[in-house]
Amino acid sequence: MWQGITDGLPFVLVILPFGVLFGVLAAEAGLNMFEALSFSIVVIAGAAQFTALQLLGEHVPTLLVLTSALAVNLRMVMYSASLTPHLGAAPLWQRVFIAYFTIDQSYACAVAAYERNPGWSVPQKVTYFFATVAMICPLWYLSTAFGAWLGNGVPDGLALDFAVPITFIAMIGPMLTTGAHRAAALTSVVLSLIFNFLPFNLGLIVAGIGAMIIGAQVELWLERRAPVQAGKGARQ
Amino acid sequence: MTDISDSALWAVIIGLGLGSFGLRFAFLGLIGDRPMPEWLLRHLRYTAVAILPALVAPLVVWPTATEGNFDLPCISAALIALTVGYVTKNVLIAMLTGAVTLSGMVYLLS
Repeated sequence: MWQGITDGLPFVLVILPFGVLFGVLAAEAGLNMFEALSFSIVVIAGAAQFTALQLLGEHVPTLLVLTSALAVNLRMVMYSASLTPHLGAAPLWQRVFIAYFTIDQSYACAVAAYERNPGWSVPQKVTYFFATVAMICPLWYLSTAFGAWLGNGVPDGLALDFAVPITFIAMIGPMLTTGAHRAAALTSVVLSLIFNFLPFNLGLIVAGIGAMIIGAQVELWLERRAPVQAGKGARQ
Repeated sequence: MTDISDSALWAVIIGLGLGSFGLRFAFLGLIGDRPMPEWLLRHLRYTAVAILPALVAPLVVWPTATEGNFDLPCISAALIALTVGYVTKNVLIAMLTGAVTLSGMVYLLS
């Protein structure tokens, strides 16, 4: 229990500024505190919330806002799949709450801890999971509310318009861990600029799908190449 | 960024909430521990790096604040934030250096 809380603590430092920023931007976009807070409580996914807010502000049709923001959240399917071997045996009501609290931070903490402690029982794993979010999630709500309250006092300006792009770019950098990830990101940039003329932000969808295909193909290509390189190394 | 209609806002909040929950519950609740096809996992791994850059790139090249004109501070801030994020693997430091670069450049060029 305590181990989960302490493992989750460092992430509080990341969550707080994000929550405040989301609140401020939501207020700038004309949302009141109740709306901003509902956003964070109902959706509870930073990147998708920023995406939705940005596109709502650009008056993109609702269906495309939803498609784009859900696409950002598709990684949750992966998280769900990789938590299942550990937590799939828990009672249904617990799994409902686990699903709701599946965020980047709780997933990362939990998977790492389960690998370190293969002897844990299912209830121990469940307790650990909830402990990691015990601090993070309430603070996500509170910081959003604080940002929304603060937001109305922040003057308009270029800096704030550009806060969302900067936030996303800062999040992308650490994700570029493999050649396939870098290829996907580069494809995504190029395609989004080429197809920017498409209406309703459809360029985003085209670029997203194209970049996913490129990422997957580069991964396959790198995998096929790896044994050849190992062979070469052995001969030398 | 003003005048978001209430109906659109709530449709997005509720739709996104339900959709995100669906994605999170998909395996844990419904599919159980049956394995996912390898090709699907392979594509899902790249969702974040495929969508986020596409969302940002047009905003960097044609910023809203300058009504779509090329803007040196925006481009510099973007490149610096990306480089710092890539090198340090630290989102907060990348955000801060990006923000400092942006405000610094805006100040210097004004």
